[in-house]
Amino acid sequence: MASVTYEHVYKRFGDVVAVNDLNIHIEDKEFLVFVGPSGCGKTTSLRLLAGLEEISEGNIYIGDRLVNDVPPKDRDIAMVFQSYALYPHMSVYDNMAFGLKLRKVPKAEIDRRVHEAATILGIEHLLDRKPKQLSGGQRQRVAVGRAIVREPQVFLFDEPLSNLDAKLRVQTRAELSKLHKRLATTFIYVTHDQVEAMTMATRIAVMKDGVLQQVDTPQMLYDHPANVFVAGFIGSPSMNFFDATLVERDGKLEVNSEGFRLEVPEPKATEWRPHAGGEVIFGIRPEHIHHKEYAPPGILGVPLQATVDVIELMGNEIFLYCLTKDNRSFIARVDPRVRAQPGDEVELLVNMENAHIFDPKTEAALAG
Amino acid sequence: MAAQAPTAPPRRRNRRRLLGEFLVNGTLFLLVALWTVPTLGVLISSFRTPWDIQTSGWWTILPHREWQVVEEFPKPEGVDPDGIMEIAGVQGTFEAFRQGIETPDGRRVVWVGNKRLGKIQIQERRWTVRTDFTLDNYRAVLGGKTFELKAPDGSTFTVQGDNLIGAFLNSLTVAVPSTVIPILIAAFAAYGFAWMRFPGRRLMFITVVALLVVPLQIALVPILQDYVKLNLNGTFLALWLAHTGFGLPLATYLLFNYIHTLPRDILESAFIDGASHFVIFTRLVLPLSVPALASFAIFQFLWVWNDYLVALVFIGAKPDVQVLTMRLAEMVGSRGNDWHLLTAGAFVSMVLPLTVFFSLQRYFVRGLLAGSVKG
Repeated sequence: MASVTYEHVYKRFGDVVAVNDLNIHIEDKEFLVFVGPSGCGKTTSLRLLAGLEEISEGNIYIGDRLVNDVPPKDRDIAMVFQSYALYPHMSVYDNMAFGLKLRKVPKAEIDRRVHEAATILGIEHLLDRKPKQLSGGQRQRVAVGRAIVREPQVFLFDEPLSNLDAKLRVQTRAELSKLHKRLATTFIYVTHDQVEAMTMATRIAVMKDGVLQQVDTPQMLYDHPANVFVAGFIGSPSMNFFDATLVERDGKLEVNSEGFRLEVPEPKATEWRPHAGGEVIFGIRPEHIHHKEYAPPGILGVPLQATVDVIELMGNEIFLYCLTKDNRSFIARVDPRVRAQPGDEVELLVNMENAHIFDPKTEAALAG
Repeated sequence: MAAQAPTAPPRRRNRRRLLGEFLVNGTLFLLVALWTVPTLGVLISSFRTPWDIQTSGWWTILPHREWQVVEEFPKPEGVDPDGIMEIAGVQGTFEAFRQGIETPDGRRVVWVGNKRLGKIQIQERRWTVRTDFTLDNYRAVLGGKTFELKAPDGSTFTVQGDNLIGAFLNSLTVAVPSTVIPILIAAFAAYGFAWMRFPGRRLMFITVVALLVVPLQIALVPILQDYVKLNLNGTFLALWLAHTGFGLPLATYLLFNYIHTLPRDILESAFIDGASHFVIFTRLVLPLSVPALASFAIFQFLWVWNDYLVALVFIGAKPDVQVLTMRLAEMVGSRGNDWHLLTAGAFVSMVLPLTVFFSLQRYFVRGLLAGSVKG
């Protein structure tokens, strides 16, 4: 059974620090997703675990075993690459059986495992074909199948869905989640797409510039981001940020900026009062800004007036690109029945229960 | 769909395109003909008897018109060869009849032989094809023993064979190991330089490639001296070592470039699957490198097969170890006018390289790596 632990792991390429003091413990059977923009160190972290790169400093444990100096083939892991990395001159069967043959697994056992994996992935009819005769989605399944037959302690995935078309991606996401439950093994997955992270992970590790920003369940990351970066990364379209001051006036707490003044209702005001008098970054997600007429009932809504700049019709909702009185832009996701045109003034309702404030210098969350 | 911009009317475009294609194809055809026609001539000549070659060109095997004898009769009575004669309705002197005098209806009257014993031939221009082919040339050239050949007038004569079969086998004995050994060594080396990390790797690789610059003529004398000391002179091993040494820098460089372009992911995946460097090399890199290996094999094989200098220097004059190039050179020297033998010898030496080239040609197709890696 295998948990995975990174302990003060650093990776340097010359002067560049690709992974900077990574500390994370991944439980057995978890589906952990490393997510972040390009160059944030997520793929490097995965390759350090696989043994394809050498650690500059720190320790990595698989289970209780220190694996710093263990070669990749002895770490009992299997990896699915972004480009599938199938062996082009071998059939699908041979591709999947290659690792097992090298370990001198008996032929009957190899046969059983390959057919079982092929059945799970729905590729039994492709076993005799060569990779160049397969479609992208089929090749990707063969790559996953090749990992499954190894029966490893940890599965590593390096952006496996990024080469599939959008529809196939959605379908494969669900299949990977089901596969995880079926195999009951630790999955460590790397992607730059936060939708994949949110939909598949049991926990998400957000990275930026080699530094781990926050590790938590998807819902917690959404509701309680630890800093501006995580808040802006999770959720699409991303959270709106305003520079503002928290002002106490007549016993009421207000978020003040040039373009608007929002009252902070209880119980939020009690939470935020310790930071009154200071500058903050005020954050609110587009889905928590509603049109006054079609706002859901029972929310802590505070009025906000703005001018419509651009409208994007999504079918099930409308993205309203608005401008505050001092011409700062933000996005609101409103009910599809809203009939606003660019240039109109609209009355919006901000759901302050889901608002956040961040320290303008450190960008860490103050409350929210 | 938006309306398409107006283009030239289809018929005019087609005509222009056809003209362009015609010019290109016509030029290509001319170039191909320029090269192929003389080679064809050599091939045809190798099947003709020496007398045919000396008296007519190889193109006479195609249908053509030439003077052929339709009638022949002995010198008629009462004709005086020293004066003007009249034969078959034509008048002329003896010399003129020797050349042949044309009659008004397109025939020719020819006096064959001398003034006293001679014959008259009536000739006509007829369409004809010279198709008397023979395999004697090849037999003479390939065999080592003496042969008896028949001349057109019935006499026989003996010819010493040139033993090209022996030389052919010697060339094969030299060329095949000289191709296989450098490829093996270079493949291992190229893989090591491309995918393994060891100290001094860059310096060693640069040294190997820099040796490409050395012309082989520089090394001939020193190597010959070493061979004499080691008693290797005149053996096949000497040639194998020499060709391996001269061929390794290019082989290593070519194979390094190819192996370097194999996708890294495949090798890393094999590492994780548990493969050692040796397994990766034999089971993955070699099968995937077949196009590069084949192209270098063709190159090296042809080079060694056609090589004259290295063989001359290291093999020496012993006739039983001589290679094809050396025997052909000797034939040109001793039988420079025997075109029938030279052409046959030339084609004997061409057969194998042509076979090698055409059979390995399909390995140049680059479709092998398609499908393993996305994008």
